[in-house]
Amino acid sequence: MSGVLNILFVGVGGQGAILASKILSHVALSKGWDVKLSEIHGMAQRGGSVVTQVRMGEKVYSPTIEQGEVDIFVAFERLEAYRWAHMLREDGKAIVNDQAIAPLTVLIGAAKYPETILDDLTKCMKNLVIAPALDLAREAGNAKATNVVLMGLLAATMDIPLEKWIEALEAKVPAKLLEVNKKAFMAGYEFAQQQA
Amino acid sequence: MTLKALLTGNEAIARGAYEYGISVAAAYPGTPSTEILENISKYPEIYSQWSPNEKVALEVGVGASIAGARTLVAMKHVGVNVAADPLFTVAYSGVRGGLVLVSADDPGMHSSQNEQDNRHYAPFAKIPMLEPSDSQEAKDMVKLALEISETFDTPVLLRITTRIAHSQSLVELGEPMERVVKPYEKDAKKYVMIPAHGRTRRVFIEERDAKLAAFSEQVSVNFTEMNDPSFGLITSGVSYQYVKEAFPTASILRLAMTHPIPKQKITDFASKVDTLFVVEELEPYLETQIKALGIKVIGKELLPPYGELSVALLQNKLGAYLNISAPVAATSEQEATSEAVIPFSAPVRPPVMCPGCPHRGVFYVIKQLKLVVSGDIGCYTLGTMPPLEAMDTCICMGASISGALGMEKANPELAGRLVAVIGDSTFMHSGVTGLMDIVYNKSAATVIILDNSITAMTGHQYHPGTGKTLMNEDAPKVDFVALAKSLGIRRAVEVDAFDLERVKEVIKEEVAAPEPSVIITRQPCALMLKGPSTPVVCTDCKSCRVCLRLGCPALSYDEAGQTVVVNGALCTGCNVCIQVCKFDALHKGGA
Repeated sequence: MSGVLNILFVGVGGQGAILASKILSHVALSKGWDVKLSEIHGMAQRGGSVVTQVRMGEKVYSPTIEQGEVDIFVAFERLEAYRWAHMLREDGKAIVNDQAIAPLTVLIGAAKYPETILDDLTKCMKNLVIAPALDLAREAGNAKATNVVLMGLLAATMDIPLEKWIEALEAKVPAKLLEVNKKAFMAGYEFAQQQA
Repeated sequence: MTLKALLTGNEAIARGAYEYGISVAAAYPGTPSTEILENISKYPEIYSQWSPNEKVALEVGVGASIAGARTLVAMKHVGVNVAADPLFTVAYSGVRGGLVLVSADDPGMHSSQNEQDNRHYAPFAKIPMLEPSDSQEAKDMVKLALEISETFDTPVLLRITTRIAHSQSLVELGEPMERVVKPYEKDAKKYVMIPAHGRTRRVFIEERDAKLAAFSEQVSVNFTEMNDPSFGLITSGVSYQYVKEAFPTASILRLAMTHPIPKQKITDFASKVDTLFVVEELEPYLETQIKALGIKVIGKELLPPYGELSVALLQNKLGAYLNISAPVAATSEQEATSEAVIPFSAPVRPPVMCPGCPHRGVFYVIKQLKLVVSGDIGCYTLGTMPPLEAMDTCICMGASISGALGMEKANPELAGRLVAVIGDSTFMHSGVTGLMDIVYNKSAATVIILDNSITAMTGHQYHPGTGKTLMNEDAPKVDFVALAKSLGIRRAVEVDAFDLERVKEVIKEEVAAPEPSVIITRQPCALMLKGPSTPVVCTDCKSCRVCLRLGCPALSYDEAGQTVVVNGALCTGCNVCIQVCKFDALHKGGA
């Protein structure tokens, strides 16, 4: 699969993966790349586990990513990182929001939310950044910008000029929310650089 | 420079409708087809509408075509079953304006009750079929489908799958052509399908099929990519993308016009390769037809007849057969055949009823009363999941009501503890005839219409009970009580879905009544609420955890603090949990 970059977003319905994937694909298109993106709508929107697959490169055929073939893994929630960890390639990069959202099975006491997620992920993922994205978004002025904080973290792992990302934000984020989202994006970007 | 945009297959089909002169479009929402009409409605040049069900949508389309307009009708795969009646006869009458029927199939059942392969409808109804492999082709094939429809005088099936409908890829945008509606002329021999006319058209269909078969041989969307002749693959739809990626040097015959199939093209291709495979999702649709040509081909011996295919699956299965070491090589038989090896065990996160969902309290009461529930299709089907577990059956749209009638007639003992549960949109779709049957055949069943004033599951579409249309115009609103009464229901009660005591009282009373009744529980879908909410507050919790039996995502139990915790960011203040708490620990917020 040389020449194609595979990026996987995993999270919980309602966390803003759709806006995130729009920003990413805008950036990829501005580079003149071929892009394919696949996500499943429908029942998953009701608080279920949500997966968005983005592939970019010279020429992309399949819209879906195979197990163990993800180059950059962005988890919007830690349990979802745990669930989809097997998708990451051995030398792939992972960005995990440390936020925990309990599924209903846990809320009603039918299952336990695993306690060792971050430790386990640290052991199995070679290039892992764990980020307090929700806190960074709150500091930037809006908890709902957690998705854009994660885009800032993603931008820091990719070899694409920062201006392209800012242009994408300007194109995809509603004007009245642009300033707070730019702040959130930079908070994520700078957090990643401090970790490096 | 041509303008390009990243579009889903559904958006691309809508764009095709805009560019290629569609004047009328109709549908009933259903995943994964819903966004086709939602996007068409953004072009005011096209008259677009939600119909109460797929049969009606196709009949609107048939009428529009006969009246001379280019027309598109869209539905999910199971919707075509509902629309099959007009489909099989418009195949006889043919069209005046081009008529395209989009069927969005759902391999893997991401959001469906079955996995039927609607390609079989094309030979069954004797109409041509096109299958795009990406969004660009989805747009282009709207044009091709219209041309075939008008040239050969036939409706055309444009068959997509979830991965085409919901995947985005680049599409070149063009200028719209002029929208022309052909002048109307009466032509009873063609459009009045009495047996005498039908018999004439029956012969015409065979002639048309032969012409379409010849067309399929030369149409450019059926193409050959000759490469390594040691093995060849015949494929269509999204599977073409998987094949291209899995075997970049293979020879490929890509079919997009998959009814009628190009028999000569297939025979020629087969003669040029040593080993021939057919790669298709779901049924051995192409495979059976190719085998009938006397050609040796390998298909479902290696690939499953269910679920979605993938690059790795093809590499593992076909690669193993050919002794090719695949880039993603399987290390064991188990890996090659089954799902991923999962390193961590994560508790499942199924879709759930939203916080503030008006269905929750009703199902809680139904469970308390230990009723048998004949269920239906919508968000409320989630009432089958723990902790509510308040549904006994769910088969198809509308079956709750008619199914309850059958259950009661087969087993009269059920009569005193049986309810049918159906949403407002599903009731409009196909519940009304069942309700008529319940009255007519003297059932005592209780029908609960969960009225949240929208088609919620598919993402909020209007229906005849909402007072709005797809093109956002005001419309008359069906009065459910008056409708039920006109069918002969004497007991029709409306109740606030959040008033649990009243809901319980009404259900008990109506289930006990010796005649049929309708209960309409009302509250709008929680996702449509606007403005700030006042979350419930928990104080002095006695740890009985009864409220957790509601299965509300806004409620959890803090073991350390020995208290239920309300997630203020999620709670909408529906106050249902306050009513189930026996210790008054939960209170209205903002007081």
